[in-house]
Amino acid sequence: MHPAYSVIFFTTASGAGYGLLVLLGIGAPLKLLPTDRWFGLSGLVLALGLITFGLLASTYHLGHPERAWRAMSQWRSSWLSREGVAALATYVPAGLFFIGWVFLDRTDGFWGLMGVLSAVGGFVTVWCTGKIYATLKAIPRWNNGWTVPIYQLLSLASGALLASLLAALFGGAGLTWPLGIALIAGFASWASKAAYWSYIDKQQPRATIESATGLGRFGQVSLIEPPHTEPNYLQKEMGFQVARKHSLKLRRLAHLVGFAVPLALAIVAVYAVPALALLAAAAAMAAGLLVERWLFFAEARHTQSLYYGEKAV
Amino acid sequence: MTSLPKTPPAKRLGLVIDLDTCVGCHACAVNCKEWNTGGYPAPLSDPDPYGAAPEGVWLNRIHGFEATPESGDGRTVHFPKSCLHCQDAPCVTVCPTGASYKREEDGIVLVREDLCIGCKLCSWACPYGAREYDGMTGVMKKCTLCIDRIYNDNLDEVDRVPACVSTCPASARHFGDFNDPDSNVSRLTAEREGMDLMPELGCQPTNKYLPPRPRRTESATAELPTAEGGFLGWVDKLLSR
Amino acid sequence: MSRVPIDLSPPVSDTVKTTTCYMCACRCGIRVHLKDGQVRYIEGNRAHPVNKGVLCAKGSAGIMQHYSPARLSKPLKRVGERGSGRFEAIEWDEALALATGWLGAIRERDPKQLAFFTGRDQSQALTGWWASQFGTPNYAAHGGFCSVNMAAGGIYTIGGSFWEFGEPDWEHAEYFMMFGVAEDHDSNPIKAGLAKLKARGAKIVAVNPVRTGYGAIADEWLGVTPGGDGLLILSLCHELLRAGRVDLEWMLDYSNAGWLVLDEDGLFARDGDGKPLCWDRATNSARPAAGSEVQPAPKGRFTLPDGRTARPSFEIMAERYADARYAPDAVAERAGVSAATIRRIAAELAAAAFDSDLAIEQPWTDTHGRKHERMVGRPVSIHAMRGISAHVNGFHTCRALHLLQMLLGAVDRPGSYRYKPPFPRPAPPGPKPAGRPDQIAPGQPMPGPPLGFTAGPEDLILADDGAPQRIDHAFSWEAPVSAHGMMHTVIGNAVRGDPYRIDTLFMYMANMAWNSAMNSAETIDMLTAKDDDGGYKIPHIIYSDAYFSEMVAYADLILPDTTYLERWDCISLLDRPISDADGVADAIRQPIATPDRDVRPFQDVLIEIGARLGLPGLVDDEGQARYPNGYADYLVGHERKPGVGSLAGWRGHDGSKQGVGAPNPKQLEAYTENDCHWRLELAPNQRYYRYANQAYLDWSAALGFIDHAERITLQLYSEPMQRFRRAAEGHGEIQPPEHLRQRVKDYFDPLPIWYAPFEDAGAGDDFPLHAVTQRPMAMYHAWGSQNAWLRQIHAANRLYMSRKLAAKLDIADDDWVWVESRKGQVKAQARLMDGVNDHTVWTWNAIGKRAGAWNLGEGAPESTKGFLLNHLIDDLQSGTSYANADPVTGQAAWYDLRVRVRKAGVTEQGTSAPQFATLQRPPGMAPAPDTLQYGKPKTGAVT
Ligand SMILES: Nc1nc2c(c(=O)[nH]1)N[C@H]1C(S)=C(S)[C@@H](COP(=O)(O)OP(=O)(O)OC[C@H]3O[C@@H](n4cnc5c(=O)[nH]c(N)nc54)[C@H](O)[C@@H]3O)O[C@H]1N2
Ligand SMILES: Nc1nc2c(c(=O)[nH]1)N[C@H]1C(S)=C(S)[C@@H](COP(=O)(O)OP(=O)(O)OC[C@H]3O[C@@H](n4cnc5c(=O)[nH]c(N)nc54)[C@H](O)[C@@H]3O)O[C@H]1N2
Ligand code: SF4
Ligand code: SF4
Ligand code: SF4
Ligand code: SF4
Ligand code: SF4
Ligand SMILES: [Mo]
Repeated sequence: MHPAYSVIFFTTASGAGYGLLVLLGIGAPLKLLPTDRWFGLSGLVLALGLITFGLLASTYHLGHPERAWRAMSQWRSSWLSREGVAALATYVPAGLFFIGWVFLDRTDGFWGLMGVLSAVGGFVTVWCTGKIYATLKAIPRWNNGWTVPIYQLLSLASGALLASLLAALFGGAGLTWPLGIALIAGFASWASKAAYWSYIDKQQPRATIESATGLGRFGQVSLIEPPHTEPNYLQKEMGFQVARKHSLKLRRLAHLVGFAVPLALAIVAVYAVPALALLAAAAAMAAGLLVERWLFFAEARHTQSLYYGEKAV
Repeated sequence: MTSLPKTPPAKRLGLVIDLDTCVGCHACAVNCKEWNTGGYPAPLSDPDPYGAAPEGVWLNRIHGFEATPESGDGRTVHFPKSCLHCQDAPCVTVCPTGASYKREEDGIVLVREDLCIGCKLCSWACPYGAREYDGMTGVMKKCTLCIDRIYNDNLDEVDRVPACVSTCPASARHFGDFNDPDSNVSRLTAEREGMDLMPELGCQPTNKYLPPRPRRTESATAELPTAEGGFLGWVDKLLSR
Repeated sequence: MSRVPIDLSPPVSDTVKTTTCYMCACRCGIRVHLKDGQVRYIEGNRAHPVNKGVLCAKGSAGIMQHYSPARLSKPLKRVGERGSGRFEAIEWDEALALATGWLGAIRERDPKQLAFFTGRDQSQALTGWWASQFGTPNYAAHGGFCSVNMAAGGIYTIGGSFWEFGEPDWEHAEYFMMFGVAEDHDSNPIKAGLAKLKARGAKIVAVNPVRTGYGAIADEWLGVTPGGDGLLILSLCHELLRAGRVDLEWMLDYSNAGWLVLDEDGLFARDGDGKPLCWDRATNSARPAAGSEVQPAPKGRFTLPDGRTARPSFEIMAERYADARYAPDAVAERAGVSAATIRRIAAELAAAAFDSDLAIEQPWTDTHGRKHERMVGRPVSIHAMRGISAHVNGFHTCRALHLLQMLLGAVDRPGSYRYKPPFPRPAPPGPKPAGRPDQIAPGQPMPGPPLGFTAGPEDLILADDGAPQRIDHAFSWEAPVSAHGMMHTVIGNAVRGDPYRIDTLFMYMANMAWNSAMNSAETIDMLTAKDDDGGYKIPHIIYSDAYFSEMVAYADLILPDTTYLERWDCISLLDRPISDADGVADAIRQPIATPDRDVRPFQDVLIEIGARLGLPGLVDDEGQARYPNGYADYLVGHERKPGVGSLAGWRGHDGSKQGVGAPNPKQLEAYTENDCHWRLELAPNQRYYRYANQAYLDWSAALGFIDHAERITLQLYSEPMQRFRRAAEGHGEIQPPEHLRQRVKDYFDPLPIWYAPFEDAGAGDDFPLHAVTQRPMAMYHAWGSQNAWLRQIHAANRLYMSRKLAAKLDIADDDWVWVESRKGQVKAQARLMDGVNDHTVWTWNAIGKRAGAWNLGEGAPESTKGFLLNHLIDDLQSGTSYANADPVTGQAAWYDLRVRVRKAGVTEQGTSAPQFATLQRPPGMAPAPDTLQYGKPKTGAVT
């Protein structure tokens, strides 16, 4: 699949934003995080900023961004629509949570409930995002059990890392909980991602050029003449190929920059220079996740490529 | 809207494509382009028509494959592909706007361009590569089964078939209602073991492909016997009859 | 869930007009839908006999041709050097004055100085006649480089031919063999026919080095090695003869199998009236073979009353092909088909032809007055085209195919090959070419047509010293049977002054500076070659094209033509008719759009130039233009002979006559009211055995297709060939010059022979591979590349080769490779496949374009990645000054090309070679648009 930057930015940025929102929405009412309004202000601005930036980025690849609102209508059947609805809906409790925390200095009672609801909204939104990909039968590397949890775990890990960073910047009180979650979610997502990669490497092809054409009964099938001599939309959008060598290199980079380095730094942060260490960890993870997300698209192969010469998907 | 029809459509219109007679001439593809660029999905844009990367929107494309057995003769098969109007159409259910829908009346899968936001998700969802994004108009295009022909009162009855069907010089394309067991498409499918493409994906395509027929390569006699009487001897025999 | 309201019945168009497609030469009937003054949709006309409603890819893209940004818009006069592309747009008056000035001077001096050659056009009835009126023998259309071998091979043998002049009996054939056909002129009818065969379960065998297109749906693919078909076919004949599975009775009846061939000279024994004799078994005497009572002996040596001895041609034939050198084992290797397969195919052919009980219960009467109760079938059909003809041995290979048909009795019988009227005609038919020195005089027309059928040395068109008289060397000893002329030699000969220099080269609809030239790069050099005095070796070049082709830059005067939707055209029985086996038909094109440019139909312009020159036939007694309204006037008014004109339908003053009748001033109206075509169907008793079917022959004579309603004897043994050979053996007054004597002796065999293509020896072992092209179904030569839709399908071409060959050469899919011949090299990108002969590489024809031509933008794949094989093909036979052509007919031998292939270097990737300087757009031509949204609602305009 063509790795479109708008979608890569959208999913990583809003993923981190929703992860942070989840942490804030649960952490503040339960007093697992600092409850001071400046902390609330910076945390929520960062979370909602990332979310909003991501959502805007995602409209960038639309043919008709001005009609984007229409995407809310089909929540009954479409995960993309549900994602849109969830994303928009989350703004309501998140806004109230913001008002309560920042203007009224309240994270309890109704305002706390709003926090919890924003967390639920964030979680659900990321769930929908994962589902959009996980339900595409035409893309076996997405259409499996790993996609949704990894989206969720990465969202949590990156959000928790941001929450930890904020806590550290605000003096270190309430660092333990987010840092703990960051480490748990971080290691869990690392393990899942590693497992995912080994899963897709071993994945049995779902469809072959033989089944796509129905010609397997006559022998091995190969494409000798594509329908048009220049690559078309379908080939550019869904026939994107990344060389195995290149993708292995990028996987190593993602392992290192997206997981090993930030998690090591997060452990360092437990003992020393937490602000600095977490800042570096967040930066590394951001970079690493962009690579991870690029690969998520680039490594995914679409069954329609079978009509353009691919042997098995 | 993007939910699939709750009750199966009364009619199940679609195409049968005969891989045994298709010569890969592209007539159906070009005629489709010609009809549709001024029809329901108008226009089918061509972003670089005379330049370095000529590649526009086509609702039907002809691929060329070879099938090579371990031993013996292989085959070349020309393979036209357009939307299969799946019964369980994933392109429809993923659509966030309701632009994509499957008609209750006849099962045709269509795009309402005025609703489409151009998110391209339906093209990701279609396993067959049958959706064509038109970057110049910002909306998704696809085979309409010539919805503006098949019911068109301004056309003669015989012409109320898809453009690709009426133009195919080799009669390799057939149009009809698969719900009617007596229709040409149902009969052809039954007689010729019409097949689904990638059945393992579960989309239940409506369009069926007729596989190439077994080749007639064997003959009773591998070789002619030499005539009695040897060279030209047979002439005498013939003449004396 | 609510239903989405959509308009299911939008109006399709404001008006519909019928005319004839011209996206290729198949000439299908079309219905053009017009909406808001624009072409909305073009569809096939169901009522049309050729396409019956279907339309191919090209035809479906007519809109893009009609609105092409490469259309020329005004007459152009060259102002820079030839080839520089610097032109000045001029008015028509100036253009016509210029042309008339050059041509008038020539005509007064020496009409031969005009060489008038036309390409893809379908106006040869007009252009050939015009050349005669002008008085130059130097006229031909493209047939000489196209497929004259098919035409001549057939016409000299069975009085009709493959190409588009006959067709398989699609309704009854049970076995169909297709030799070297990728697409052919009958594009749509062949596809429809194949579908019919498929539906009936008939067996289809494709004989072709490549398995694509039609071959893809065949039951069996015989991947012959190019140039080897003759061996394969004669070996099939060998098998049939060995087994005695031959339709002897039919052959004795309808062919010259029983005619006696004299031992002394190889000519037919004739009686005092010149009638060929046979040995009548009933009376045991020599009697005229045409007699109704004779029973010709097929074998034996007989002594005639005058003491000379003779044998029936059947025996000579049978003896030859029974020889072991035609045995399957002997031919298998060169033919590229295994001996076992050849044997099996022969058995299948025999079974299909003779074990079938196909008969049509239709009584008919033969020319002897004998009544036949039924039409007995021989359901084996054969069709062949350029894979056979585009070789130096193509004429004989084509004759071999007709021989095979005759052995099977499979000519114009149910299930077999069928003629399309006006064929059959006598083999060969009457008209002889004119143009001998005594037929050319300043200011005078020629007494006959420039092209025709030579039957012996006396028909040749030779200069007084026996050298070629025509600029293309047609009808000379280099190619005595070049019935279609030799367009491929004109430029080279004119530049070499061989046999003389000309003043003006006048061409129409032929892209001779590119894809229709052999050796295109050198052809370009020749077009710009100068004498020492600085003048061009070809002083004047006039060219009519409708589009900005590669050729435009090389002309001095451009006469811009309209598109096919903007003019009257005629598909005449005098030219290449659109008949089918069951009926005779002709057609017109009518203008359905008015040009938005300053262009004029070429035929109008030609008629006006003729009138300005005062050519007889083009002016009346007062010297006034006879056809002031141009072609439309001519179509209706011109008579070739009394009552016979361009169109056969609705003749006579009241339009009631068909075929022959006085001109009808309302004839064109009658055509337009009848979907632009006319067809007359044959009665059931006239549909088969037409070489001897009295009812058919009477009909044919009445319509003016043949002079007399007489039996047409199929020429198993070809006496005209023997006449030429006799001359080479030193007999008669007209003999070939010494340097050609052996060649004529070798190749003028009265029976089909096979010989290796000259290139096999010429290229030697250095070039082990064969290289051929194929017609892509969705492109027509060069002119499809300006078409925004078609070019998306074929914007660049690859060099295809088998995986096995590629492995040997260490070539992988997509690699760039050099293809080298003894003449040059081209660089191309490889594509691997299985369905191709292991000694052959191939590519799609005419996809490669010169940068800038056809108004394509920078970086167009046609020029950056596309390529032509033409650069590799020598226009001359290796080591000689003769054309690279069949020694009998002069047919260009495109597919004899031999090459070698090697991987290109790492620094040589990405672009094809050779590359040429970019052509500059002529004045008045806007750059092509960057985007296109044809049919976009509201604006409805081309953007
Ligand atoms: N390598 C290789 N070369 C080949 C062949 C091959 O098989 N292999 N085949 C050969 C054969 S058989 C043929 S017939 C030739 C064909 O070659 P050409 O006769 O050159 O055919 P086209 O390339 O179609 O070019 C015809 C010209 O007619 C112009 N034209 C199109 N429409 C009109 C019109 O309405 N009016 C006028 N005035 N001009 C028009 C086009 O713009 C173009 O310049 O190619 C030959 N060359
Ligand atoms: N779409 C389309 N249709 C066309 C044209 C076009 O350009 N495009 N051009 C028109 C013209 S001008 C012509 S002349 C006709 C030509 O019509 P075809 O004769 O069908 O055209 P070619 O492509 O020359 O086909 C030659 C075939 O012979 C095969 N071949 C080559 N060498 C040999 C051999 O030695 N033996 C055998 N058995 N096969 C061999 C080639 O692989 C190829 O398949 O088509 C006409 N129709
Ligand atoms: S028009 Fe018919 S024969 Fe031609 S590509 Fe389409 S389906 Fe095949
Ligand atoms: S073929 Fe693709 S676009 Fe058509 S209905 Fe099926 S899934 Fe949808
Ligand atoms: S591109 Fe249009 S039709 Fe496709 S899913 Fe998006 S909104 Fe629906
Ligand atoms: S049914 Fe109509 S829209 Fe669909 S492929 Fe055929 S011509 Fe195109
Ligand atoms: S075969 Fe195609 S291009 Fe040729 S005349 Fe017919 S429709 Fe036109
Ligand atoms: Mo040709």
